Amino acid sequence: MTPEQKKATQMFVDMLPHCRELNIRIEDVGPARAVMALPYDTKLVGDPDTGVIHGGAVSVLMDTCGGASILMHPENGGSFATLDIRIDYMRAAKPERTVFAEAFCFHVTRTVAFVRVTAWDEDQTDPVATASAAFTFTPRRPKAEAVS
Amino acid sequence: MSARKIEDVQTLKERRDSVLKRMTAAVPYARFMGISFDRRGDELTAILSYTPMLIGNPSPAAIHGGATSAFLEVAAITELTWSSFWQVMEDRGSSATDWSTEPLPPLPKTIDFTVDFLRPGLPRDAYARAVVNRSGRRYASVRVEAWQDNRSRLFAQATGHFLMPE
Repeated sequence: MTPEQKKATQMFVDMLPHCRELNIRIEDVGPARAVMALPYDTKLVGDPDTGVIHGGAVSVLMDTCGGASILMHPENGGSFATLDIRIDYMRAAKPERTVFAEAFCFHVTRTVAFVRVTAWDEDQTDPVATASAAFTFTPRRPKAEAVS
Repeated sequence: MSARKIEDVQTLKERRDSVLKRMTAAVPYARFMGISFDRRGDELTAILSYTPMLIGNPSPAAIHGGATSAFLEVAAITELTWSSFWQVMEDRGSSATDWSTEPLPPLPKTIDFTVDFLRPGLPRDAYARAVVNRSGRRYASVRVEAWQDNRSRLFAQATGHFLMPE
């Protein structure tokens, strides 16, 4: 990832007030790929008995990361919106730990983008949650049209 | 059963409302999101009060899809906890138990949660109602519907599975 790419993607995230509120940071980007971090915050706690953050906060991280992976797709030409997302929770995130997410946009058609996301806290091979999502997609205009 | 005294409406409302309030006020994330609950008998309606920090897409302004998912998940978990505790609460009544200090049941854990986004979430309040499809000893299935201005025009719906506390 070049510093310019990271800056551009962080700008995309900072334009989204809800992500700014949650202090979501870009960790890495690549073609059709994004990695993000959600720092631990006591306001995000879902179960006061355990101090574990709410699944909803993990949803925001995974949805945003999925969107960024589409933004980074070489064929992406415009706006996108989540059609549906399914999140599977493997285990609770550990209190006090930053949660990371990596999203990969593994397939696009002329109208739909398909994305997979994994979230973890310490070890990427021991995920907190996984998600699969479909987004609306607008491909980049073909080069021939762009010239005219 | 026949010997059961009919409770005073005020006592009954106070008990139900105080339990619901404690159940929801205890969750920092629900407070952060601005989620509250309206109760009519045992029926709950979750309310997401609009604030600019919920916005995911600045133009045209729309509520973040993740925030919508989170709202639906909070509504589902609260309904599940509330409906499973309801009978305990009603059977014991107000005389034998101090409901302002009585320990509340532990929260169920989400196994999976699937959200359909039907329309963009507009920058205004949103409402959600959850229905427990099935609640067994170990697993529960819950569905949720969310709308904004018109009850019949849903902007999101979800289904989730939950692990019941031991």
